[in-house]
Formats: sequence, structure tokens, C-alpha cells
Amino acid sequence: MSDLLDNKEAAQEAVVEWLNKKAKTKSKFYIKDFYKIFPDDKPRMIKKVVNKMVEDGILEFWSSGSTTMYGLKGGGIQHSSEGEN
Amino acid sequence: MAKHETPLLDQLESGPWPSFVSDLKFQAEKRAKNEEGIEFQMPVDVVEDLLGILELSFKHGRTHWKHGGIVGVFGYGGGVIGRYCDQPKNFPGVEAFHTMRVNQPAGKYYKTDYLKQLCDLWDFRGSGITNMHGSTGDIILLGTTTKQLEEIFWTLTHDMNQDLGGSGSNLRTPSDCLGQSRCEYACYDTNALVYFLTNEYQDELHRPAFPYKFKFKLDGCPNCCVASIARSDMSFIGTWKDDIRIDQDAVNKYVENDPAYPANAGAYKGSKDWGPFDLEKEVLGLCPTKCMKFQNKKLFIDNANCTRCMHCINVMPRALKIGKETGCSILCGAKAPILDGAQMGSLLVPFIEVNPDNDYEAITEVIENIWDWWMEEGKNRERLGELIMRQGFQKLLEVTGIDPMPQHVAYPRTNPYIFWKEDEVPGGWERDVDEYRKHHQR
Ligand code: HEM
Ligand code: SF4
Ligand code: SF4
Repeated sequence: MSDLLDNKEAAQEAVVEWLNKKAKTKSKFYIKDFYKIFPDDKPRMIKKVVNKMVEDGILEFWSSGSTTMYGLKGGGIQHSSEGEN
Repeated sequence: MAKHETPLLDQLESGPWPSFVSDLKFQAEKRAKNEEGIEFQMPVDVVEDLLGILELSFKHGRTHWKHGGIVGVFGYGGGVIGRYCDQPKNFPGVEAFHTMRVNQPAGKYYKTDYLKQLCDLWDFRGSGITNMHGSTGDIILLGTTTKQLEEIFWTLTHDMNQDLGGSGSNLRTPSDCLGQSRCEYACYDTNALVYFLTNEYQDELHRPAFPYKFKFKLDGCPNCCVASIARSDMSFIGTWKDDIRIDQDAVNKYVENDPAYPANAGAYKGSKDWGPFDLEKEVLGLCPTKCMKFQNKKLFIDNANCTRCMHCINVMPRALKIGKETGCSILCGAKAPILDGAQMGSLLVPFIEVNPDNDYEAITEVIENIWDWWMEEGKNRERLGELIMRQGFQKLLEVTGIDPMPQHVAYPRTNPYIFWKEDEVPGGWERDVDEYRKHHQR
């Protein structure tokens, strides 16, 4: 595991910072999008850290029922919108 | 008197078939009467509003359900599918109408008191409408509100020893046939393996892990009662290595049309007059590999050419039995047509041991190699079957460390190009020019 992913605070900060940067154009992301933040890590480890952030209330899931996406809690599309924010 | 007029839905009650519209009307009336005095946590007219909004959707030719949402229970990222309607003023009963997927028991065995408990819970905290079972195999509880979710989850897990199933980009609830618990054709204990996989991969089942959905389905034999070959990303189909066991006396009873030996165990009896049983036509002639013959009252099977299709065993179950050296085949990549067309599973492992004593080590190794590849290389919303098509079956063999073998070949090669990798060529790409020049002039 990379030092960045291994350090819980730093890893969470990196994810939030990345999401904030993207917030203008997009609010929901696939798990794969987070791989870019941790280029040296295995997808399975990244998934664990990101899912933990949902449990910690920093992120939230959005699911169509068939796929699942992630976003900052309370940010962007909620159930009331159809992609128009 | 119904709350909403539903002339279009009423049409669906005509004809000889059972109708979900009749079932919904029955349930609507049952809730209205509430003879058991249930303290409904959903609006009493939820089912009437469901009928109403469905009628409206038929009238408009478009859906009035919104797409997706952010609902779930704490710690889980699956098992609840958020649904809201976009006409809450006219149909307040279905403003929120979430689906809960509940992990069905292995082999779908229930006690009646468990089913009663489940229905009581759902009458109390949901719409009372269930789907036993959904296409995924789960118990589907249709229609509840966000506030009820944690309460339902608590009751399921604490009072009923029951868990939610998978949804979204999770491992989906593994699903199996009843296998050795009832069926003499079963080549391995599907219930035990499904239980093991469900426990082993709890994290993947409850929290998203993958580019898209991933399904395991388990069939005890090639009859494929749960159609795992068509319905799952990884399908485990029971099979055997050694010879089909033949009881020659019983074969002759079938040939003599002994009434105690009805073909197909009597399954097609009475549907029409099939005439006397004809071994040549109904068994030997239908064997897909034509590997059987019957001479001097003796049945011969060329087992090396038998594909274990089950046909002869199904027709003469008293005479033929599966072999003794049993295990399963693993097939990968079946899917419904969403991105590309529909696909059946492709055979990856012709035979693998199913061994509970070492925690099914051989099987979990294949699973985890495949996951590592798909999580790394799969595009968003790309199923395993599509990744196999995009990067090639050969790549799948590489990542799983499985050598190519004749069983992997579906049809003769259509691609005339072969690219060797350096480590596949003796000596690699490097050569000793001096050595070369000894034999070849400039
Ligand atoms: C000729 C017409 C139709 C055919 C042949 C057909 C066939 C099927 C089949 C084979 C399945 C999978 C069942 C399973 O594996 O459990 C299915 C599921 C489903 N069908 Fe249909 N269907 C038809 C019409 C409809 C219509 C008109 C509707 C809705 C008004 C509908 C709604 C659904 C739903 C919601 C499911 C999923 C149910 C679940 O998750 O358990 N179908 N259908
Ligand atoms: S798939 Fe085979 S083992 Fe399973 S129930 Fe069907 S016939 Fe029996
Ligand atoms: S199982 Fe199928 S392939 Fe094998 S002998 Fe019987 S009919 Fe032929």
C-alpha cells in the first residue's frame, strides 16, 4: 500500500480535495475514478478506504439499483433531479 | 370502490393467466379492511396509489418513477434500491417506494413460520407486496419509506437471523439450486458452497467493490436448473470426471418398456401418447456427441467423448447415474444485453475440485484472480463478459494462470494472426549475431 493510502487522514483529505475540484462539473463518481488519486494502489485497497469514508459520513452512495456511484455527502444530484443538479 | 379508475390495468385481468393486477387489488382491499388491526407504517392506500401510478404510466406511455437515489442502511452500500415517484401529489402513498433485497436462504428452503414472520414485518413496515423471488434470486420486499429501513434491517438481522442481499456495483446475492439436499443428479453440495461464498465475500456483498454488478450462480449438475450458464458472471456447474455408471439390467427394463421404468421418470406421461419407448431414437440418437451404442443388450458409452449433457441420465434415471469423481466446471461472462448483446458463459475451468475441507481453495483462487483483473481493467459499467470480449479470452487465461486446452475452443480459429510473447519463445528476442553469422553469410 502507498504511504498516502496508508495514512487515513491524508487519504481522506486527498479524496475530498479531488472531489471539491471536480464539484463544478460533476458530483457523482464511479469507484474507478478514485484510482487516479492513488495510482500505485490496488483497487481492492482503494475501495476499502472510500467505502469507509461513506461510513464516516464524509461521502455518500448514489445508486440506480444496478450501479453505485460516490459523492460528497449532501452534494450535487439528489433523488429529486435527473442530472440537471 | 377503488381509489383510482384503472381501465387499462383491468385489461390485464382478462385472459386465462394469473394477473398481478388482481393480486394488487386483493392486497389494496386487505389493507383498507385491516381486519388484523395492523399499525401500518406506510400509508394505508399505498397499493391503490401504486395501481394508480401504473395506470398513469400506461396512459402516458412513460414511467413516473425517478431514477435511483441515496438510501440504504448504515454500514451497507447495497440491498436497498431507492425509488421515488414524480407524481407525489396525486399518489402520496408511493412518494417513496423503496425496494429491499433480502438474501434468500440456500436452496430457498423456508419454514412456514419464517414466511409468516416475513409477511407480518412487511405488512407492518412496508406495502405488504413481495416478489418471491426476484430475477436475482433474492426475496424482494417492494415499497417502503426511508424512515422504515433501519427498523426493518434491525428486525431482519436480530429477530429473523436474516441479512440483506446485494445491489448496485456489489457482489450480488449468490444463488443456487437445491443440489444434494434433494436431487440425485447433484455433483456437489451447492448449498454448502453458496453459504461459504456468501460468508467469505461479505464485504463485496454489502459494499460496492466493482465496476458494475457481479453474480455467482451455482448449479449442481449440467441440467442447470438456475440457468447459471446464462445468468451469472461466474457460473459453477456440477460435473464428473470418470464414467457414467450403467446398470445394464435397468437399461433393458427401459428397452422392454417395463411400466416401473418410465422414460424421463414419467415426467411427460399423460401429455400425449408418446408411443413405446425407443432407446435408439430417444437416447442414442439425441446424444449430442453420438458417443453411445447398444449392442447385444448392452449399452456402451465412450466417456472420453461424452460432454456430460445429462440427456441420457434424465431419460433413464434408474439405469444411469453421474460418475463418482465429481466436482464442477466454471464458466464466465454471461450477461443480459445492456452494453453489448446478451452472452452465455464461456468455459474457463472444465473441472475443479469442490472441497470444503480446504475452504474451497481452488475455487476462491480463480475468483480472486478474476476480480483483480476486472477491478483493474474493467471500464465503468463493464461486465466481466464484455471485458473478456474486449481484451480476449486469452487474457482471461493469462490472469487466471490457466493453460489453454481443447475444451476452451468454441469454433475453429477465425483470426489468422498469432503474436508470441518474448517469454513464450525459446531464447526470447535477443540473439547472438556472431553465432548467427557462423551459419549465414552477410
Ligand atoms: C411478452 C412479454 C414478457 C415476457 C416474455 C417477459 C419475460 C420476463 C422474464 C423471462 C423475466 C425474468 C424472470 C426471472 O428470471 O425471474 C422478466 C422479469 C421482469 N419482467 Fe417481464 N416479460 C414480459 C412482459 C413484461 C411486462 C409487460 C412488464 C411490466 C409491465 C414486465 C416486467 C418485468 C419485471 C419488473 C421483471 C423483473 C422482476 C424481478 O426482478 O423479479 N415484463 N420478464
Ligand atoms: S441443477 Fe442438477 S443438481 Fe441442481 S436441482 Fe437441477 S437437476 Fe438437480
Ligand atoms: S451425458 Fe449426454 S453426451 Fe454424455 S452419453 Fe449421455 S447423452 Fe451422450
